[in-house]
Amino acid sequence: MILKFLSIINFKNHENTSLKFDENINCIVGPNGVGKTNLLDSIHYLSFSKSYFNSIESFNIKEKENYFMIKGEFFNQEKQELDINCSYTNKKKVLKFNNKKYDKLSNHIGKIPLIIITPIDSNLINGSGEIRRKFIDKFLSQIDSSYLESLLFYNKTLNQRNALLKNSHNTNDYIDLLNTYDDSLAEFGTQIFNKRRDYISSIIKTVKKYYNIISNDREDIDVEYYSELQNNSFKNLLKENLQKDLVLQFTSSGIHRDDFIFKMKETNIKKTGSQGQQKSFLISLKLANFDLLYTKTNEKPILLLDDVFDKLDDNRVEQIMTILNSDNFGQIFITDTSFNRINSVMSTAKISCKYFLYNFNGTYHEKT
Amino acid sequence: MNFSSSIIKNVVEAISNFPGIGQKTALRLVIYLLRNKKNAYKISNTIKELVDKINYCSICFNITEFKYCEICQDPKRDKHTICIVEDISDIMAIENTMQYKGQYHVLGGLISPIDGIGPSNLNIEPLINKLSNGNIKEVIFALCASMEGETTNYYIFKKIKHIGCEITTISKGISIGSELEYADQITLGRALINRYSFENTLKE
Ligand SMILES: [Zn+2]
Repeated sequence: MILKFLSIINFKNHENTSLKFDENINCIVGPNGVGKTNLLDSIHYLSFSKSYFNSIESFNIKEKENYFMIKGEFFNQEKQELDINCSYTNKKKVLKFNNKKYDKLSNHIGKIPLIIITPIDSNLINGSGEIRRKFIDKFLSQIDSSYLESLLFYNKTLNQRNALLKNSHNTNDYIDLLNTYDDSLAEFGTQIFNKRRDYISSIIKTVKKYYNIISNDREDIDVEYYSELQNNSFKNLLKENLQKDLVLQFTSSGIHRDDFIFKMKETNIKKTGSQGQQKSFLISLKLANFDLLYTKTNEKPILLLDDVFDKLDDNRVEQIMTILNSDNFGQIFITDTSFNRINSVMSTAKISCKYFLYNFNGTYHEKT
Repeated sequence: MNFSSSIIKNVVEAISNFPGIGQKTALRLVIYLLRNKKNAYKISNTIKELVDKINYCSICFNITEFKYCEICQDPKRDKHTICIVEDISDIMAIENTMQYKGQYHVLGGLISPIDGIGPSNLNIEPLINKLSNGNIKEVIFALCASMEGETTNYYIFKKIKHIGCEITTISKGISIGSELEYADQITLGRALINRYSFENTLKE
């Protein structure tokens, strides 16, 4: 997938920006605060109809304005043009694909395959299980729309079951109704469990491959999937925990409690990995997702790299560039604060790219 | 909102109970009513008549001015088939297709504990009684394809499957995303004709 042309109005600190991109590598360079990350975020928005950073939409509107609009002209492998237009005003989001409005925003997920790597990904290692679940859910939704449907249905059912546990457990019918919800949770939850398990086992080899290339060390890394469903059927699990659930007034077991542990030397990488190793691991994980997304959609995903080279030694940076320079990758967007660094990275790797050089005042000029 | 009179305040609050109507719109309607007294009387009289005279049919819970609704009283209609719908607007939508000649049963909502609606708040018990008395050959689910609709289908299915009548559902593609009343007549009509066994939709 290639983003040819991007136009942003009132998105974060961009009042009115129009950019024409190179089909290969685009480097957005400038000091902090000029809006480099926001530019990447607007591309992410066109893919997911969501910001990567802010879930509160009103924060994405430029100060003192009452709407934002992002427009992108994409081309797929078959050279077909895809126009994505997203606007947000009066608390309403409208997303158009080739000028046709979507009924459901979720129908858009997967249309523009995209992977983003940013410094805040360290949350995946340091944060709660919910962050890891969301990351994996978001990725699987991109490659499998029925995964997203199952997940939405599961979450709605879970909310209804919790409401039932909270409010109505003195009515005659509540056991029958609870069973009805349990059947639905089991059906959709088991589907989700199977897909998460298959995903982890299909990706692990690629993560290891990339990690070894980037870090040059042979540390043993691993991703482990933890789910109560590994040792029990969902139906049984719900049955066994019913008394507990009635006391707690929520559903205490299920795939909404799953976790994924990133490991190095058989211990959580949070404890055993240096900062460089953790960063290399996250990049490897995302690149493995990239490969899987490419295989599943048959379309080279767009890759967004936000300040990735910061705090990485030259060796690792060089190795990453070797990976990115292969045929496997297509259009890439890179942000960096230092022109000298990124320019030397590119010339060492013998890669030509298009530069967007930002000044302190937010103006920019192009350079190839 | 600050109201200059408690009468205004009461009406605005009453009107903003309508689904989809907020206080601002309610106030606009109140101002309209004050300016058009004749119309206001007409509206209030018709609402009073509606509330006083309209009952629920004691067989199918459709609305009627009598004990039984027109559909239940019609001797030409098939008494052995019952179509389960959420609301009377669904009856109107299905009647417009002219493809269905059986009876109805109006549930009066869908199961949703979040909204405080459990099975006992709906007309599910009378349905089970009606089916238990025999004579019904087929039950058709025509609820919307939301999570709540499917839960309600499944809940009722489990309660009635032992009775032994045929249980079918209208094709899934039809109401997904849009409610029954918005489905176009041709699609809805076709879905009614091409209904299929509910049991086959369950993966077990
Ligand atoms: Zn009737």
